[in-house]
Amino acid sequence: MKHTLTPQRYLILLAVMLTASVGDTMLAHGMTQVGPVSMAHLGLLLHAMRNPWVVGGILCLLGFFASYLTALSWADLTFVLPSTAFGYVVVAFLAKYWQHETISLTRWAGILLIVCGVGFVANGPSLTEHPPASDEAASTDESVATGGAR
Amino acid sequence: MIYASHIDVGPLETWATIITVAVTAVAGDVLTAGAMRKIGDLDVIRAKSGLGGAIRAVVSSPMFLLGVLSMAASFFSLLFTVSNVAVSLAAPASASLTFLGNAFAAKIFLKENVDRRRWFAALFVCAGVFLLAK
Repeated sequence: MKHTLTPQRYLILLAVMLTASVGDTMLAHGMTQVGPVSMAHLGLLLHAMRNPWVVGGILCLLGFFASYLTALSWADLTFVLPSTAFGYVVVAFLAKYWQHETISLTRWAGILLIVCGVGFVANGPSLTEHPPASDEAASTDESVATGGAR
Repeated sequence: MIYASHIDVGPLETWATIITVAVTAVAGDVLTAGAMRKIGDLDVIRAKSGLGGAIRAVVSSPMFLLGVLSMAASFFSLLFTVSNVAVSLAAPASASLTFLGNAFAAKIFLKENVDRRRWFAALFVCAGVFLLAK
């Protein structure tokens, strides 16, 4: 495994953490303004698209998907996923300080566990290094040759 | 009772729907990650062929499209699940199972080196998500 994270790549991971949580919170805020959508009134969804919070939320989630895919192109899935989970922590803080929701002791415990989980992988290597196919073939040939000599 | 549900759904059906959500989510994540691994570093592709080239490289990958299809299946099965099972059980249970499933699937299918540190991370995040969504 190798550690290949430049400051720019840490920024991409930060975007993964923030865009999903901010996007979800903006969507939730916008949809409370729009009101409940039922199967009989699906037209309300088009109306929701005119709400700036909903539009902002969708843009944030598009940004999340782009930064998530970028991160997966140079880091392992098991390295990137805990970063996405850190978004849950951001949502909890947004809920507390923006929406003024109460965070229970159980939820604080959950936040602590996620922070610890992210901490485990954050300083570790970001990518498993697989030997190129040609090297693998060469090493196989070599072992066959060694086995033959024995 | 832990299987508090909106309608009368047995534990078997409850867990079958939750596991379906988790399995399709894991398939989506692994297929997407596998596709991105095959495509290569998007920063390099963007530097060579621009943003359009990077987008073309991603959306022309069948594995990526299959991954997105699995993610969509996971989303709709989650909708189905929360319409039958209490969201306070369905959301944390499926999210936690997805984290653990991804660690196993990444080791088996993507051949990632899931060392002790990453197992601990998966377990901590899994437990954390469960507590957070309670």
